[in-house]
Amino acid sequence: MPSRSKLIPGLLAVAAVMFAAAPFLIDAAPYEASMGLIQRIFYYHVPSAIVMFLSAFVCGIASAVYMAKRSPGADATAVSAAELVVVFGLIVLVTGPIWARKAWGVWWQWDARLTSALVLWLIFVSYMMLRRFAGAGSEMLAAAVGVFGMANVPFVYWSVNVWRTIHPNTNVVKSLSPEMRLPFAWCAVAFLILYVALLLTRLRLERSQMALEAAYAEIED
Amino acid sequence: MGFLQTVWTIARKDLVIEARSRELAYTTLFFAVSVVLVFSFSFVVEGVALTDAASGILWVAIAFSGTLALGRTFERERQADTLKALLLSPVERPAIYLGKLAGVLLLMLVVEAVVAPVVGLLFQAPIGRAPLLLVGLLMAGTLGFAAVGTLFAAMLIRAQSRDVLLPVLLYPITVPLVIAGVRGTAAILAVEPNLAVAQAWLSMLVFFDAVFVTLALWVFGPVMGE
Amino acid sequence: MVGLDRAGTAPDLTPVAVDFHTVFVDDVSRHYGRRRALAHVTIQAVSGEVLGLFGPNGAGKSTLISVLSTLLKPSGGTVRYGTHTMEDMGDALRGHIGVLGHDLYLYGDLTARENLRFFGRLYGLDHLEDRVTDALQRARLDDRGDDRAGAFSRGLRQRLAFERALLHEPRLVLLDEPFTGLDDDSAQVLIGRLRKLRESGCIVVMATHDFDTAEAVVDRALCVDRGRVWTVADGAGTLRERYRRTLLEQG
Repeated sequence: MPSRSKLIPGLLAVAAVMFAAAPFLIDAAPYEASMGLIQRIFYYHVPSAIVMFLSAFVCGIASAVYMAKRSPGADATAVSAAELVVVFGLIVLVTGPIWARKAWGVWWQWDARLTSALVLWLIFVSYMMLRRFAGAGSEMLAAAVGVFGMANVPFVYWSVNVWRTIHPNTNVVKSLSPEMRLPFAWCAVAFLILYVALLLTRLRLERSQMALEAAYAEIED
Repeated sequence: MGFLQTVWTIARKDLVIEARSRELAYTTLFFAVSVVLVFSFSFVVEGVALTDAASGILWVAIAFSGTLALGRTFERERQADTLKALLLSPVERPAIYLGKLAGVLLLMLVVEAVVAPVVGLLFQAPIGRAPLLLVGLLMAGTLGFAAVGTLFAAMLIRAQSRDVLLPVLLYPITVPLVIAGVRGTAAILAVEPNLAVAQAWLSMLVFFDAVFVTLALWVFGPVMGE
Repeated sequence: MVGLDRAGTAPDLTPVAVDFHTVFVDDVSRHYGRRRALAHVTIQAVSGEVLGLFGPNGAGKSTLISVLSTLLKPSGGTVRYGTHTMEDMGDALRGHIGVLGHDLYLYGDLTARENLRFFGRLYGLDHLEDRVTDALQRARLDDRGDDRAGAFSRGLRQRLAFERALLHEPRLVLLDEPFTGLDDDSAQVLIGRLRKLRESGCIVVMATHDFDTAEAVVDRALCVDRGRVWTVADGAGTLRERYRRTLLEQG
């Protein structure tokens, strides 16, 4: 697959350039008075959260496809996406409390969206644990958890939201001053490109692993 | 044999076995009451319970004892590999799932019928205030919990480390249920009750049940196919 | 106490003839991750044949039985039951397969009669009570039908489990170590039962280590080793000797 082998370094290069340029763009944006420097975490926190939720849906859909068609490719996509939920979720869960410390004076405030992210993150950590510890044949079991995890997102979001809402409100993106919007969009795109590159890399690893397994099977034949 | 008849045959088999030993009912009930007691020590300060402590403790006891019941129910099917025998019979997979679900659900409801009054008694909670709404919340919440739990416990029956994996998988997924159950019950039991809020939570629970029972029926076949 | 005493209802399994007279395992492979339990296995069995599977532990005998029972999907290849496959027949096909697993598939807290009744109902059998009584008789448990299965010795449970597997008169009978725990007398009765099954046109596939007992009934012996299957050649010597020879030649 020559096209794909060039695609991944290409995407990574674009992401690297965008991430390198991001601080300058962010620096050019106006300084938010009440939050100060910490406000700038927002440019990394929110895109990571977007990517995390996106990846949860990628995993859920891939799991459903695997369950219906039993195609190994769908399973490989599901496990890759689940790992990335955990990775990007970690970024969200580290940057969130830093923001919270400045905004509300405590590291953890049971704010609705951060709590939703935590619950979603836990679901996908449990998905990874299942794959790691359940032994042979855990792919199909994991697919069930992937589907359930995805279906759970609206319920988690709704229940936590009603339970508790103190997050900077939903229209925070809309209320951004135009100067802030450019760096935010820039970072969001950078994170998305990074996500796609990582997903493809991880998939390539899965694919080589499958080829290796097939080769082993052939030797034994 | 009809679909519902199969469901009933399987559920009744579990009830007969349970009626004979009463092992699950006794142990689960005792465990649930112990949980209530243990949590009381941290939520009752100077003889007065913290706000909403009663509903929280009630639902924690339900979730914990439910996990115990699920694990044990499927351990019984594992002992002589009888779940495999069910899967080898010519009945539809969803009927097996629903039969097992009905057994677990009934057991959990029996336990709740005792634990809820105990909590009411210990915390002077007015559990008779909106009995239908409270029963609705308990039933809908328990159905959701048992629906997800039955699927997970069944699919883990052949897995390694199944004992720890069941709660590991079950608790994060059932977070919305616990929130809805606790907040809904608290809205009923509060000093200033708000039944509209409780109703809103109940409708979320019903919606959750509909989605996850449907999903579980679809997923059960493929998951047990291996 | 709830009683398990309702008579079974008439079967509405399917009007389509699902029955079959051959089983064809066509180039079936099955692996668990990198471990290969079955490698390109091809076997054919016809009505009225008793097939013996012999081989070391972990050679793939149980996997082969699971694949035949429809519970395990092959990673490659197909299993055909007559003209049917699991994919096109679905659940109804299972009604023609009877399995005696190593773990016996009995509820220890139910009585012998209740165990038979419960499974009979799942298979949608008519005249269930008569069938249950007959089965208890054949298992020589008529006087212990109302005792808990968990209180039986291994041998008694084995006999009960065997009759449970045959309650719905399956065409394909799969037996995993059927002689375990049986005394000589019971083993001879079992041999007799297997001969009857052969006469009635069943296809019997049996995995066992017990060469001496099995030799009396096995029509064709297969040697399973590291996921591969060879026919044990006819010729001089006991089944055990011929099996050893086959294993040596192929290994």
